[in-house]
Amino acid sequence: MTFMGYRRDDGRVGVRNHVVVMPGVLCGEVAARKITEQVEGTTFLYNQNGCGQNPKDLAVTLDILTGLIANGNVYGVLVVGLGCEFLRKDDYEKAIREKTGKPFYYLCIQEEGGIARTVKKGAEIARKMVEDAAKCKREEVELSELTLGLECGGSDPTSGFSSNTVLGRVTDSIIEAGGSAIMSETAEAIGAEHIMRARGKTPAIGEKLYNAIVNWERDWFEESGENIRESNPSPGNKEGGLTTLAEKSLGCIHKSGKYPFDDCYEYGKIIDKKGLFFINATSYDVVNTVALVAAGAQVVAFTTGRGNPIGNPIAPVIKITGNHDAAEWLEDFIDFDTSASITGEKSFAELGQELLNFTLDICSGKKTKAEINGACEMGINQNYSYA
Amino acid sequence: MLNSFIINGKDDVVTVTEPIQKGAQVSFELGQEIVSIPAVTDIPKYHKMAIHPVKKHDVVLKYGEVIGRATQDIQVGEHVHTQNLEDLPREEG
Repeated sequence: MTFMGYRRDDGRVGVRNHVVVMPGVLCGEVAARKITEQVEGTTFLYNQNGCGQNPKDLAVTLDILTGLIANGNVYGVLVVGLGCEFLRKDDYEKAIREKTGKPFYYLCIQEEGGIARTVKKGAEIARKMVEDAAKCKREEVELSELTLGLECGGSDPTSGFSSNTVLGRVTDSIIEAGGSAIMSETAEAIGAEHIMRARGKTPAIGEKLYNAIVNWERDWFEESGENIRESNPSPGNKEGGLTTLAEKSLGCIHKSGKYPFDDCYEYGKIIDKKGLFFINATSYDVVNTVALVAAGAQVVAFTTGRGNPIGNPIAPVIKITGNHDAAEWLEDFIDFDTSASITGEKSFAELGQELLNFTLDICSGKKTKAEINGACEMGINQNYSYA
Repeated sequence: MLNSFIINGKDDVVTVTEPIQKGAQVSFELGQEIVSIPAVTDIPKYHKMAIHPVKKHDVVLKYGEVIGRATQDIQVGEHVHTQNLEDLPREEG
């Protein structure tokens, strides 16, 4: 099985061809944004961070941002800094060059002499990048080049027995073809940690997964003094029929299919190996979707029961639901309906094949509703508040 | 007419596929048979109904796994949700 993707010089494959303009620190936002407003074909990447941060948070910020830039979906990047911030040009250049040799440009507002001069120069750079990016053509690539991100959001009971089960079939197909899939949202494995341990490819990996899950709950509780099993499931999850976190988690893990997990990664790290992986990270949907893409997922399959319209600045996010009422009521952001598994009209095997075909169409250029809506949410988790 | 389903043969609950009014028959396939149980409470669509009696503090199974424990006795045909089911606490989980 194949799809039409962009083969980058660094060997990675993308399903989109973004020319990214981003602030290196939030203070550079207005100049970066004005450049994208002036130059058609550019993609604005929001960055809330870059200064006033603890070193651990600076490191995570740089990991996530440069992970996104390194993703095969990005042609190149122009970073617009201010001049006095913590994260400087050298930091960006070094971190990006460790991951990829793709086009990287940097402008500094204080050096260029104000917003207007920065925007004028930045627009010239961006225009040239867009011209060069347009010369990239899609070619036929094997399914083994795909990394599928797996996400749940606004779950209801149908997530656990319909949409995640169907998605699990897609995950299986990709793993069988030699590709990769990444699952995350550590808190939404609480109650299923014993199953995750047994799914580790080796006992050591099983322990890594198990410890990530039990430690997440302990660390969250100790930090906030709250019981995670009271705040998750959310009020919306509960209205929909999910009662306990264990019930939600047992449903969530179905999207990972049946194969063993090849490793457990920490938040912010790029996954350059093939297989099925888990990223230890927050369940906050926007931040987690960004984490999957920063790790290398070119496309994200997002199951929802209550409905969640989010997208991502550089990757297509496919919305899948097993709740037929939601599929109709929220049709302007739902891409795929698996509810035929509940009525019995279609088997999981049939729906899995249909969803796989749909995913390959999206990879080859068909737009998701999130892309059509212009949904491009961005978020990075932080350990500490700003100084 | 089927209006619910069981996920795993060991489960204590079924999921209803339409809103159920108290007194209505809730029917699901169990192996080759069709089982019908009258609902003793209203049950919203996609919510759970008990198909076995559950004593307070006993665990409740769905997907063949423990999804929580009963906070009060639960009758056959009763809506199972936040009013009578909670997660096992952190220490035991």
